[in-house]
Amino acid sequence: MTHDVDQNPLPPDTRGEFSFPEKHAFDAGYGLSEETIDYICDAKGEPDWLRDFRKAALRKFRDLPMPLHWAPEEIGGVDFEQIRYYLAQGTPAKKSWDEVPDEIKRTFERLGVPEQERAFLAGVDAQYDSETAYNNMREELSKKGVIFVNPTEGLTRYESIFRPWFGKVIPVGDNKFSALNHAAFSGGSFIYVPKGVKLAQPLQAYFRINSESLGQFERTLIIADEGAELMYMEGCTAPKYDSATLHSGVVELVALKGARIQYVTVQNWATNVYNLVIQRGIAMEDAQVRWIDCNLGSRLTMKYPAVVLRGRRARGEVVSISLARDGQLQDTGARMIHAAPETTSNIVAKSISIGRGRASYRGEVQVQRGATNCRNRTECDALLLHAESRTDTYPAISVHGDSSGVQHEASVSQVDEEMLFYMQQRGLTRAQAMSLAVNGFINDLVNEFPMEYSVELRRLIDLEMEDSVG
Amino acid sequence: MSLIVKNLQARVKDGPVILRGVDLEVPKGEVHAIMGPNGSGKSTLSKVLCGHPDYEVTGGSAQLDGQNLLDMSPDERSRAGLFLAFQYPVEVSGVSNANFLRAALKARMPEGEEPDAVAFYKRLRATMQRLGMDPKMTARAVNEGFSGGEKKRNDVLQMLILEPTCAILDETDSGLDVDALRIVSEGVNSLRAPFRSFLVITHYKRLLDYIAPDVVHIFHRGRIVRTAGPEMADYIEQHGFDFLKEDDA
Repeated sequence: MTHDVDQNPLPPDTRGEFSFPEKHAFDAGYGLSEETIDYICDAKGEPDWLRDFRKAALRKFRDLPMPLHWAPEEIGGVDFEQIRYYLAQGTPAKKSWDEVPDEIKRTFERLGVPEQERAFLAGVDAQYDSETAYNNMREELSKKGVIFVNPTEGLTRYESIFRPWFGKVIPVGDNKFSALNHAAFSGGSFIYVPKGVKLAQPLQAYFRINSESLGQFERTLIIADEGAELMYMEGCTAPKYDSATLHSGVVELVALKGARIQYVTVQNWATNVYNLVIQRGIAMEDAQVRWIDCNLGSRLTMKYPAVVLRGRRARGEVVSISLARDGQLQDTGARMIHAAPETTSNIVAKSISIGRGRASYRGEVQVQRGATNCRNRTECDALLLHAESRTDTYPAISVHGDSSGVQHEASVSQVDEEMLFYMQQRGLTRAQAMSLAVNGFINDLVNEFPMEYSVELRRLIDLEMEDSVG
Repeated sequence: MSLIVKNLQARVKDGPVILRGVDLEVPKGEVHAIMGPNGSGKSTLSKVLCGHPDYEVTGGSAQLDGQNLLDMSPDERSRAGLFLAFQYPVEVSGVSNANFLRAALKARMPEGEEPDAVAFYKRLRATMQRLGMDPKMTARAVNEGFSGGEKKRNDVLQMLILEPTCAILDETDSGLDVDALRIVSEGVNSLRAPFRSFLVITHYKRLLDYIAPDVVHIFHRGRIVRTAGPEMADYIEQHGFDFLKEDDA
């Protein structure tokens, strides 16, 4: 981890807030090979077991086919040789707002994101603000034994907690992209909440656009010990700028007996990013895992948060909102694997397609042998804003035994001209009318988001509507 | 001044011609009724005046208080003071009545300003009470799951809140029972003012028993073919529109 301090536009008094190591730039170059992995391991100073682990994952990655049997053809746009796998400090992080794409810059300005957060996008100033909040929180939490660090720190300082679960919820060979992440991961979070500790306030992790966390392959492992509770929020509401073409994160959640984990994401990537993320939680007896997921950005997103209901009476939930504009495909959904009796799950997914945008719901509900008296309810609703907008639904349901109940409801609706005319006749501009209609459609789900996120979400939607009306 | 329509011609986009030269003048303070047989184009006139995207104006002019309506978007026309109580009010799912009206009021205010929430709800509740509406309807989605009569009442509620300078009522009486008709009409009458004009489109005279018009126009084949006093409504009640056949001959 390095940072070029000399090029840092921060005033000197705030520099102390950062723990920059000495001045070096790392660039593993294009493509992923054993040499790349050695380079990454050397740069990060990782133990040998991890080096071997990464290399084994690389072999797996090469062996596994692209999941073309079901992935949308757009995934063919990913060229693994044209990707840089490790960049610590350096050229990709823009040094000025002038280099940030206009659409993102404009969005930020209109969002009124504070000056600090703006600078954070450039990789410096807002990091100060997030870091302060983070540090304050960390101090408070560390007294309770809570661990909140990046995975590199997690695997070195807390190996005995980290390693037993690392790669266990999402194994290396789960699919090509999990193997890729295991081979190349850098950045993300490692969280451990001890037995019975219930966090009253959410943990917030803002993506850091400095050389360390510019990683395209972030890795998050959250372990809630027995009876522990936490909410984790991925701070992507302030959309992060990334010149990279591929973001392939892996998020593993472990909710031990009676624990509760809520994981909130608001994703607003630039529209040149392939966002292929694997998120899976495991819920033991009486535990709950809840994914609240919102996808606004990216070129292609493929993301299906999953819960493996491993213990009796475990509960899984996915609340999902997707917004697909021109040139975007949001292929999102959920997976619920009922592996124990009396487990319950709930999926609510709503998508909005604007212009030629496409939103797909892909869901899997599985009730395994021996998992008796399970319940699932799935609701997926699509809203189409224009005649050329598109939505698809691909539900897969498999149920063993006859003691379980699985319910699937789907609907497609349209914002039609009559409705817009009606609203316009009352004085609302076309953009205001569309915003109101779209907000109305997702209103009940937006309320599931923490307050600050739901406010941001509504504002983002307003902006999208203004842009789509032109 | 007020609403002045001259030789207005319009067609369904890529479709048949509906309005064939409408001439109409509704001065401020007056209530004009438009009556006519089914399919004569009465409703089209109201939609064209409000800028419905299905229609294309092919000639003529329409002005409200000196402003050229035809140059304005539907929402600009609304903010200029034009209101349409729809023949079939549209459902807006997920958007509560209260939020919808607040958004509509806000759209009339300078950017960044909002209606005072307390005063707004007070006024909304009082107006709903006058119209005999359940106060719970503030939280219900606009027209969603409303009966036909409830939708009409809801449109009149919007009119009373938005206080337009020119209101067009398109068959507002259809779907209303006698009590509702009286309540709705009282609401409309309460808005009558020297600075406001009304255009009441109706098939039946019964609405005009409650909302007394100053002038009655007969609409036929896309034009106004007769203009007379309120007694015309009585004549039509008794004789129907048969007399128009002479025009066709």
